[in-house]
Amino acid sequence: MTQTKGAVAFRNVRKTFGSFTAIPDLTLDIEPGKLVTLLGPSGCGKTTTLRMLAGLESPTDGQILIGGDDVTRLPADRRDVSMVFQSYALFPHMRVGQNVAYGLEAGGMKSAEARKRAEEALELVGLSGLAGRLPAELSGGQQQRVAVARALVLEPQVLLLDEPLSNLDARLRRKVRTDIRELQQRIGLTAVYVTHDQEEALAVSDTIVVMKEGKVAQIGTPRELYESPASDFIADFIGEANVVDGRVLSVEGDVAQVELGGVTLPLPSRGQSPGPAQISLRSNALKVTTDGTGIKGTIASSAYLGDHVEYEIDGPLGRIFVVDDESDTPLPSGTAVALEVRPRGVALIPGTA
Amino acid sequence: MTSRDNRRLDLILAAGVFALIALPWYRIRSGFFSFEWLEDFISSEKLWPGLVQGLTGRWQLWPVLALLAVAVLLRFTQAPGKRGGALIAVGAAGLAWMLAEGLAIGLRGWNWGLLEATFGDVAGQQAFGAGAVVLGTLFALMIAFGAAERGALKGDAFVLGAITLLVLLVATFVFYPLVSMFTGAFQEFDGSFTSEGVRRNIVDPKIWSLACFWGGNCGVAWRTFFLAICTATGTTLLGLVFALVATRTGFRFKKSLRLLTVLPIITPPFVVGLALTMLLGRSGSLTQVIEAATGWELGRWLYGLTGIWIAQMLSFTPISFLVLIGVVDGISPSMEEASQTLRSDRWRTFRKVSLPLMAPGLANAFLIGFIESMADFGNPLVLGGSGGVLSTEIFFAVVGAQNDPSRAAVLAMVLLFFTLSAFLAQRLWLSGRNYATVTGKGDGGRHISLPRRVGWPVITVAVAWAAFTITVYAMILFGGFVKIWGLDHSLTLDHYAKAFGVGWDNGILWTGVAWDSFWTTMEIALIAAPLTAAVGLLTAWLIVRQRFPGRGVFEFALMMSFAIPGTVIGISYIMAFNLPPLQMTGTAAILIACFVFRNMPVGVRGGVAAMAQLDGSLDEASLTLGASSGRTMRKVILPLMRPAILAALVYSFVRAITSISAVIFLVSAKYNMATAYIVGLVENGEYGIAIAYSSVLILVMITVIGGFQLLVGERRIRRGEEKAANSSFSAKEARA
Ligand SMILES: Nc1ncnc2c1ncn2[C@@H]1O[C@H](COP(=O)(O)OP(=O)(O)O)[C@@H](O)[C@H]1O
Ligand SMILES: [Mg+2]
Repeated sequence: MTQTKGAVAFRNVRKTFGSFTAIPDLTLDIEPGKLVTLLGPSGCGKTTTLRMLAGLESPTDGQILIGGDDVTRLPADRRDVSMVFQSYALFPHMRVGQNVAYGLEAGGMKSAEARKRAEEALELVGLSGLAGRLPAELSGGQQQRVAVARALVLEPQVLLLDEPLSNLDARLRRKVRTDIRELQQRIGLTAVYVTHDQEEALAVSDTIVVMKEGKVAQIGTPRELYESPASDFIADFIGEANVVDGRVLSVEGDVAQVELGGVTLPLPSRGQSPGPAQISLRSNALKVTTDGTGIKGTIASSAYLGDHVEYEIDGPLGRIFVVDDESDTPLPSGTAVALEVRPRGVALIPGTA
Repeated sequence: MTSRDNRRLDLILAAGVFALIALPWYRIRSGFFSFEWLEDFISSEKLWPGLVQGLTGRWQLWPVLALLAVAVLLRFTQAPGKRGGALIAVGAAGLAWMLAEGLAIGLRGWNWGLLEATFGDVAGQQAFGAGAVVLGTLFALMIAFGAAERGALKGDAFVLGAITLLVLLVATFVFYPLVSMFTGAFQEFDGSFTSEGVRRNIVDPKIWSLACFWGGNCGVAWRTFFLAICTATGTTLLGLVFALVATRTGFRFKKSLRLLTVLPIITPPFVVGLALTMLLGRSGSLTQVIEAATGWELGRWLYGLTGIWIAQMLSFTPISFLVLIGVVDGISPSMEEASQTLRSDRWRTFRKVSLPLMAPGLANAFLIGFIESMADFGNPLVLGGSGGVLSTEIFFAVVGAQNDPSRAAVLAMVLLFFTLSAFLAQRLWLSGRNYATVTGKGDGGRHISLPRRVGWPVITVAVAWAAFTITVYAMILFGGFVKIWGLDHSLTLDHYAKAFGVGWDNGILWTGVAWDSFWTTMEIALIAAPLTAAVGLLTAWLIVRQRFPGRGVFEFALMMSFAIPGTVIGISYIMAFNLPPLQMTGTAAILIACFVFRNMPVGVRGGVAAMAQLDGSLDEASLTLGASSGRTMRKVILPLMRPAILAALVYSFVRAITSISAVIFLVSAKYNMATAYIVGLVENGEYGIAIAYSSVLILVMITVIGGFQLLVGERRIRRGEEKAANSSFSAKEARA
C-alpha cells in the first residue's frame, strides 16, 4: 500500500443538490506527491469536489479513494486529509498555538507533545513565537499561514486548499503561493488546490484539471494546457487566446497546413482532417509590423502599459487582441499593419470542424 | 450657500413670530387639536398667545420676545458667515430661559419658597401650550442653524437640525422623567424638600430583608432578583435547546418550531399568566383532574414566585430562542468543518468549538432574560398573589391605598439599578466578544448535526415544552367560549357578544364593552407606529453615517433606555408630566410619547443593522452628485431600507397593542387601552370576557404580522437547505 499513499481517485462520482446536478459524472486520478489544481470559472463545482474529498459533502453516487482505500462513506474526521479554508476558519476563541494543536489533541496526543509539534509547524511556515496570539491579532497573511500550519501539522496524505489566497492582496498572493508550492514540494505531499485564477494555477501546479459545469474539460500540465488547448473554452480560459476561424488545407503525418487570414502555416495536426477549423491564437503570438508581411489589419485601439503595448486589431479574422512586448511607442489607431505569425502560441483546436 | 442659509433662517423666524401672535402660549384643557379654542381666542385670557401674555404683565415671557427680536435683527444686519455664534447663543439662551421659568413658576406662583422670598409674589401659570412648544423647538433649531453657518459637520443644516431635535426629544421624554422621579422621591406633596420618605423606604425590611435564609420572608428586591436569575437561567437553557433543534437536527417539525418565536410578540404579557390560572389555578382544569385522581388539596401553590416563574418561562423562552437562533446560526460553518477535518468527531467539535463560540451569545441571552423578568409586570400582576415583585409593588405604591410616591420612586430606582447593571454588563463586558458573524465570504458549507448523545435529549425537551406551550395557548382560545371556567364548561358565545357586540340603529352601534378601548388602542398604535419608525430610523442614520461629537454617548444613552422597565417609565412619566411646565397626563399624547420613546431603540437597532449593509459609498455618491443629505435620505437611503421601515412599523404597532407595564399608569377614562382594560376585567374576576378580548387581540396581531411576512418575505443568509425563516422583523428582536 505504501506506493499508493497520497493517491486520490474519483470513480464516477455524481453530486446533486435537490434537483440541481452540480457534478454529473467525475472520474479523476491524482498521483501521490503532486500538486493538482482544480481550475474553472465560479460555480463550476470545484469547491463541491474538494468538499467531497474532505468528507464534508457526500457524493450522491460513485466512489472516492484515498491512498487506495475507499473512503466514500467515511466521515470527515476519520479521513486522512486536511483542509485550508478560504476564510481560514481559525477558531477565534483559541490562541494560535491551540489552533494548530487542535487536530493533534483530537488524535489523542498528549497536550505537551502537541504544543511542541504545533510550535514546529509554526516555525515551518515562518511564524515561530506567535503561538500565544489570538487569530484576530494577526495580519491576513499570517492568519493564512496559521491555517496552513494547522493543516500540515497532521501530516495528512492529502492537503486540500480552497482558494487559499483569495483573501490576500495581489502582492502577498504571489509570495504566499510560492511559499505553499515550496513547502509542498519539500514535504512531498499530495495537494489539491482550488482556484479560479488561471495565472495562480499555472504558477503552482504539477497538473491542472480545468472544470466546466461540473465536468472535466481538460487535464494536463500547465504547458500542455497553454500550448495545446483541447477546446475554445480552454484556449480562452487559460491565457486569454483569440479563437479564430481558419481552414486545414492538407494533413501529412502529424503536420497540418493551415490557412489563417490569408497566410499559410504548418501546425501540429492534433487529429484534424482537412476542412474548416478553429485556431487558438495567443495574444503574444503575433508580431505587429508596419512594413512586414503577414495577416493584414488596421489598429482599432491601443493601450500603453509600461513594458508592453496592447492592441485591438481589425482584419480578416475579425477583431483580435494582440500584445506587443517589443516596441515601446504605441501605433495610433487607424494604422495599417501586417501581423507576422510566430509558430509558438498558435494551435489547432481539435474537434471543432 | 448664503441664500440657503437665509431661507431656512427666515422660515423659522417667521414660524416663531407666527407662534407668538397666533398660537395660545399655554396649555388648553380641551386639547389643542380639537380647535375649540379658535372660538374664544380673543375673549379668553387663558388662550392668549405669547406676545399678548407678555404685554399684559407676564414678565417671564419678555426674554423670549427679546431673544426672538435679537434673532430677527441678526438676520437682517449680519451675513450668514458672521452671525453663527450669535445665533447659537440666542437659541441656547432661549431654551435655557424657557426651561428655567417653566420649572420655577407653577400653577400657583413660585414653585420654591426661596424664590418667593427673594422676588415676591408672581401670578401662577399653566403648562406650556402650542405656542411655547413651537418656540422651544425653534430655539433648538436656531442652535443647529447657527452651528451650520459656522461650518460644523460640513455645514449640514439637516443633520444638525435632526441631531438637535433628537437630543431635545430624548432629553424631554427619557431623561427629564427619570430626573423627575429622582427628585420626586425627595419631595413633599407641596414640593418642598424632604428625605424622610426615602430614608423610611430605603431601609424597609420589606424591600431588603434576607430573612428567607433563616425561615422568614425575603424582601421584595431579593425575591425579584432571585426570580430573574431563575427565569434567565431557565429561558437560556430552553432557548438553546430550541435553537439547536431548529438549526442542528433533522427533526421533522423544526420549521414549525420557529412559529413559537412569534408568540411573545403577539401575546399581551399577562395572558400567559391568565391561561396558567385557568389550567393550574385553584379551580383550574388540570388542578381538578389531579385533585380528583389523588385526593390531594393543591390549593394556591400557583400564586407566588413559582407561578410567575412558570409564566415567565413560557413568555420569554421564545425570545431567548430567537436570540440564540441568531447565535447558533451565525457561527460560520467552516469553523465546525475545519474541526472535523482536524480529526475531531461531532461530539468533540460540539464541545470544543461550537459551544465556546456560542458562550457570549448565551451570556447575552441570559442577560436579556434577566432584564425581561425584572421588567415583567403582567404576569406578576395576575399571579403574584400576596408576594409581589418590584414592578407590581411600584404599581401598588401609587394606585393602592398607600399612595406613597416616594416609596414608588425608591422601588423604581432599585429596579432600575438591577436592569441597568445587567444592561451595562451586556454592553461593556460582552461587546467585542461576539464570535457569531454572517460573513460575506461564500465558503459554502452547512452546519453539522448535533452528536447523537445531545440530539435526542434536546429534541425530547423541546417537544415537551412546545406541547406545554401549545396547551397553554389552546387554553386562551378555548377559554373564551366557556361559560364559567372551572364550574360550568358549556360552550357559549356570550363573552364575545358582551365584548364585541354591535347593534344597528340608523348606523352601527358599538354596543360591546370592549369597543371603546379597542378603537382607542388601534388609533394610538396607528399614530405611534410611523412616529416610532421615523424617529428610530432617523436616529439610526445619524449614528451610522454621521460623525458628530458625542455620538457614542448618544447611542449608548438611547440603547440604555431599552433597559428601563416599563413600570419605571410609567411612574416617571406620571411624576414628570402631571404638573407644569409639561402637563400631559390624561391625554393621548402621553401614551403616544411613551410608545415612541419606549420602542424607538428597537427601530434604531434595526435601522443600524439595515444601514450597515448599505455601502456608505451610496450616500457619498449621492452627495457628490449634488443632492443634499435630506434628499439623499429620501431618494437613496429610504427606498433601500424599505424592509427595515416596514419592520419598525409593524413592531411598534404590535408593541403598542400588547404593552401594559407603562400603559397602566398612563391610561385615563378618555383614553383607555385594551391591555389596561383587560387587566381591569381580570381584577374583577371577569375571566371570560378578558380571555375573549385577548384572543381577539392576538388574532389582530397575527393578521398584521402575517401580512407583513408576506410583504417582506423570507431572508436567505446562507446557501444550502438552510433558510433563515426569521424575517428581518424577528431578526430585529434577535439582536435585542
Ligand atoms: N449546498 C448546496 N445547495 C445547493 N446548491 C449548491 C450547494 N453547494 C453548491 N451548490 C451549487 O453547485 C454548483 C457548484 O458550486 P461550487 O462547487 O461551490 O462552485 P465553485 O467552483 O465556484 O467552487 C453551484 O452552481 C452552486 O450553486
Ligand atoms: Mg468555490
